[in-house]
Amino acid sequence: MVKQILVCLGVAMAFSAQAQNEKSLKASDFFGDLKARHIGPALMSGRVSDIEMHPSNSQIVYVGTAGGGVWKSIDGGVNFTSIFDKYCQSIGVVTVDPSDPDNTVWVGTGEVWTRNSVSMGDGIYKTSDGGKNWTKMGLEKSDRISSIQIDPKNSNIVYVGVLGALWGDSQERGVYKTTDGGKTWNKVFYVNEKTGCSELIMDPSNPQILYASFWEFRRTAYSFNSGGLSSALYKSTDGGATWNKIHNGFPSGKLGRIAVTVAPSNPQIVYAVIESEKAEQKGLYRSEDGGQNWKFLNGDFGLTVRPFYFSRITVDPKNSEVVVKAGLFGSISRDGGKTFKGLGAMHADIHDIAFDPFNSDKVFVATDGGLYRSLNKGTSMEMIENLPISQFYHVSVDDREPYFVYGGLQDNNSWFGPSASPGGIEARDWELVGQGDGFRVYPHPTKPHIVYSEMQGAEAVWRFDTKDQQLKVIKPYPVAGDPKLRFNWNAAITTSKHNPDRLLIGSQFLHVSNDMGNSWTKISPDLTTNDKTKQNQVESGGLSADNSGAENHCTIFTIAESPLNEKVMWVGTDDGNVQVTQDGGKTWSNVTLNVKGLPANTWCYHIEASIFGEGVAYAVFDGHTKNDYNAYVYKTTDFGKTWNSIATKEISTFARNIQEDYKNPNLLFLGTELGLYITLDGGISWSKFENNVPSVAIHYMEMHPKTNDLIIATHGRGIIILDDVTPLQALNSEITSKTLHFFDSKPFIMSEKSSFGGTSSEVQFVGENPKTSAQIKYVLPKRHTFGKMTMEILDMEGNVITTLQAGKQKGINTVEWGFNKQAPKVAKGKTIAGSAMFAPRVKAGKYKVRITKGNDVFEKEIEVQYDPKSPFTLEERSAQQKVTQELFDFTQKLAYLVYQIDSWDATVVEFNLKNSAPNKSVQTLNIELDELRDKLVVTKGDNYVGAGEPKLREKLGDIYSSVGSYFGAPSITQLANIQMLTLQFEEALKQFDKIKMGSLKAFEKQLSKNTTVLAPKISSFEEFLKMEK
Amino acid sequence: MKNTILSFAFLFLANSFFSQSIEEIISKYHATIGGDKWTSVKSMLMTANVDAGGMMIPVEVVMMADGRMYTKINFQGQEIIQGAFDGETVWSTNFMTQKAEKAESDDTENTKRGAKSFPNALVTYKSQGYTPTLMGEESIDGVKCFKIKLDKKTQLSEGKEVPSVEYFYIDAENFVPILTETEIPTGEMKGKIAQTKYSDYQEVDGVMIAFSQSSGIKDGMSQNITFDKVLINTTVDEKTFKFPGN
Repeated sequence: MVKQILVCLGVAMAFSAQAQNEKSLKASDFFGDLKARHIGPALMSGRVSDIEMHPSNSQIVYVGTAGGGVWKSIDGGVNFTSIFDKYCQSIGVVTVDPSDPDNTVWVGTGEVWTRNSVSMGDGIYKTSDGGKNWTKMGLEKSDRISSIQIDPKNSNIVYVGVLGALWGDSQERGVYKTTDGGKTWNKVFYVNEKTGCSELIMDPSNPQILYASFWEFRRTAYSFNSGGLSSALYKSTDGGATWNKIHNGFPSGKLGRIAVTVAPSNPQIVYAVIESEKAEQKGLYRSEDGGQNWKFLNGDFGLTVRPFYFSRITVDPKNSEVVVKAGLFGSISRDGGKTFKGLGAMHADIHDIAFDPFNSDKVFVATDGGLYRSLNKGTSMEMIENLPISQFYHVSVDDREPYFVYGGLQDNNSWFGPSASPGGIEARDWELVGQGDGFRVYPHPTKPHIVYSEMQGAEAVWRFDTKDQQLKVIKPYPVAGDPKLRFNWNAAITTSKHNPDRLLIGSQFLHVSNDMGNSWTKISPDLTTNDKTKQNQVESGGLSADNSGAENHCTIFTIAESPLNEKVMWVGTDDGNVQVTQDGGKTWSNVTLNVKGLPANTWCYHIEASIFGEGVAYAVFDGHTKNDYNAYVYKTTDFGKTWNSIATKEISTFARNIQEDYKNPNLLFLGTELGLYITLDGGISWSKFENNVPSVAIHYMEMHPKTNDLIIATHGRGIIILDDVTPLQALNSEITSKTLHFFDSKPFIMSEKSSFGGTSSEVQFVGENPKTSAQIKYVLPKRHTFGKMTMEILDMEGNVITTLQAGKQKGINTVEWGFNKQAPKVAKGKTIAGSAMFAPRVKAGKYKVRITKGNDVFEKEIEVQYDPKSPFTLEERSAQQKVTQELFDFTQKLAYLVYQIDSWDATVVEFNLKNSAPNKSVQTLNIELDELRDKLVVTKGDNYVGAGEPKLREKLGDIYSSVGSYFGAPSITQLANIQMLTLQFEEALKQFDKIKMGSLKAFEKQLSKNTTVLAPKISSFEEFLKMEK
Repeated sequence: MKNTILSFAFLFLANSFFSQSIEEIISKYHATIGGDKWTSVKSMLMTANVDAGGMMIPVEVVMMADGRMYTKINFQGQEIIQGAFDGETVWSTNFMTQKAEKAESDDTENTKRGAKSFPNALVTYKSQGYTPTLMGEESIDGVKCFKIKLDKKTQLSEGKEVPSVEYFYIDAENFVPILTETEIPTGEMKGKIAQTKYSDYQEVDGVMIAFSQSSGIKDGMSQNITFDKVLINTTVDEKTFKFPGN
């Protein structure tokens, strides 16, 4: 009975699974080895939010970043490795457990430097093996964690300062404590839903003593407030059970963000930097009695500037009087805070400073432009050049081959760089095309030397002629009768697919220029809600005015021109409007209310006008600035009259961008705050793509129409490229049900370029190049684990040209073939003739790929073509191939001759060993064979500078690889050299014939009389070639 | 009643998959690869042709149950030994001088400590006092795997004792390893994760061998070796292990 039920249950489960499969195709089942590559760059790096030193091993340094995860150095900060790719990349704090510093590290996610573009966290994580494995330890709704303090005597006791939500009220703020290593948490101190713990410090001499600063703060899409009556500094002396305000000497009234720290060498000395109502009371305060009394010391600009962004003080671990304050440029005091001077020149916006625990002269500094290292206590700084944590807002591409990518970054200008470069994509490959914060950068569609870029709030929009180095500001200015133009911090700009000289920019109006920005016309009314209550940015900032343009609102944020009809244009605004025109801007329809299920005024982050229909578009709405982390993704097919949601619960957080595939309308890519999602079925189901795409915020994506590459602008890990998504375009349920399915491919192009590689040093980041080999792709429904599986390349006559290692994983497999045949068989010698190992290329034409999997054989025809951009003619290539083949054959003939000599020589040696009185004729043969071999191959020396004089094998290898690795005809000099070597070989053959007729014949006679030593069995040339090398 | 039975049956099915103990998983793994038949294996000689950019290089790998081993490359008349261990010394042929050179003392000591891990440390963990931990499940190459962390006590890294850990990803359906990982303890690649992927399992004399193995650095390049022949308990030239200088 039970058996029967189990069988029924099994059938039912199988049926249900099948029914589900018929509805959707789960992309993640088939991603296989489809893998993205990172091109950085790291030359400008990105914002670093926190630095943590190992307390007893200064070789180990951890870095938490604003959007690029956690990086670890095990060599004193020379090289860094990303150790947190799978998890939220926005980092508040990294803390090493002082009791187990080699293994236990905690990471609190959610950056606490709360600028407009800041991301959010999703809890606290712990590793027990130095960062190889991580476990989420809760506090999922903490949003941003400012501090983690661990009892140095008990690893299970951990205090966490939770700053909490930036964009809304939250009760998940305050000080949390665990006594069981993070299994359970108690909120031991809470102020209110608007005020979070911005800093939590433990007295290094007494873990019962804690200092906690609480900050009342709030950001909206259009304002920022720092400060309130709830902001305060508290102290606990009983392990967090009770807390008391310690304000004796502090300013009264509202307070803002308070930075606090304890001098490690004298814990009675406590420093605090206070944001207060009165300007003259803002600044550094010092206590010499553990916070009971405070004395105002200094109100320098370097200490008080932008507290929401710079609020960290660090004290030299060996000297309580050396104090460093984060700030616009960073400030250091050597007199206990009385006076300060600036840190050495480096990127502005300093967020954290860390001293080497054993050498106070060695200092690391976290900036908006990466991590810096100083060996003289901050006087001179050097940048770490291998942290590719750049924060792009946008990306566009051009039409060149290889194409270039263009984009702007948070506080790091605007750039373009190649998608491929000899030796990898290096820092020197990137060109600067804008300053300030960079955002949208576009090449002119037909004149790639013309680049458009902008800085924050469209304070400048540039047209830069990179060829003539001509720079012109082309932003639309208000003219008579215009209201103030409102541009977003990240103002919407786009070029046109229909008119190469057209440029579109959004303020509250849509502006169009048809002459590359020289003149502008408004082609819309105010398309925003024009809500005046959201336009009071001059009041923004709270206790410290902060009107940088970051809160500009009621602006156009996205512009999409239909690729099919230039008169159809879409506009999305940061205050939630979606507007469409079908007559080139004469009339506009506000279709916002047609988007059902979308909360009002949700920021329209991106509209993608489809290539599959004039009325088809996708819209992505981002509600995170209203504390709403849901994904809102919609599709319309009727110019916005109706919209269908295509977001599912599989998408874990809010989205900013969608990119449609240009060939398969059901293939869509969604950029979210926690990585890339892909659907193969038009949004019925989504899968997270994690093959080298971290859980990073994706702000924009572009699909290259020629290469089928998906180019991803991440806000923390630079530009990531998913090369050639052709297999995803082709996937369907029929294909995936086969035992093995080869994907069709365009003819593979054999690149005929050569280079000496790059020039980067060992400590500089180098971006990965795309593959230039043939990429043979197929899909397996199941991993091949048992039995043989082989892969071969055959010519069309069925001859095996080479073998390849088959990919065996479930899903898409990619096998690379470098267009090579197998290398020739090379003569044996005392040394290795490296150049003779050259494997020649195949000719252009058709070939077969054959996979044998168990008893099943699968074949696919592929085509290989010469590089159409190559300067060589077919005749030149033909000459090169002919001579290369002759040299290949020559190499093998030489190997055969040496084989025969070696075989006879071995017999002579054996004969001599077994005959105590060797006769003269054998000795003669021995000498003759040695002399001949000595002309053919190196017989002494080593593989380096002790190498013997090159002989025929080495000279032949040299000319063979020289001719074979060039793609044009061999030179006259090379041909003459070959002729000379050929003559030498012919002479050697004659000499061997002479030996065979002379001393060898005599030796054979002797052997025929001798039963102890047999004449060698000389294989035929064909047999010899099949023997092991 | 019927509902109860169904629920019970479902729980039973779910439990059978999800709540296998670490001992059960290792036991099933051990049984799948041949179980006690491994105790009679004293040597393994494996041969392959490795493709180096179109040049096929013959390679011979020998592993002895007592920990001795070598990899021999025979190439253009040169015999190059790599990663040899004779029980006392780890050594390799220097490619430039073609002479044998000893490995750094840390490497030798770490190899000595791992010498009893035949065919691997997950099989011998009990006798060596290693501690396996089931970390959970992870998909490798699209295969649901049990991730097992094996704490192998300590190893030397630049003269200091550091934890020695190996991860095994065991196919949850077929109980063979798909992937193993270790952290490189020393040298230029220190801190990187070395990976080996296994496939083409075939039975040889009652034990299961992965004929195809790809080794490399996690997220980096890897080199595949596919054995064409695996001989168990064949005669091995004892002299080949020996460091020529000894």
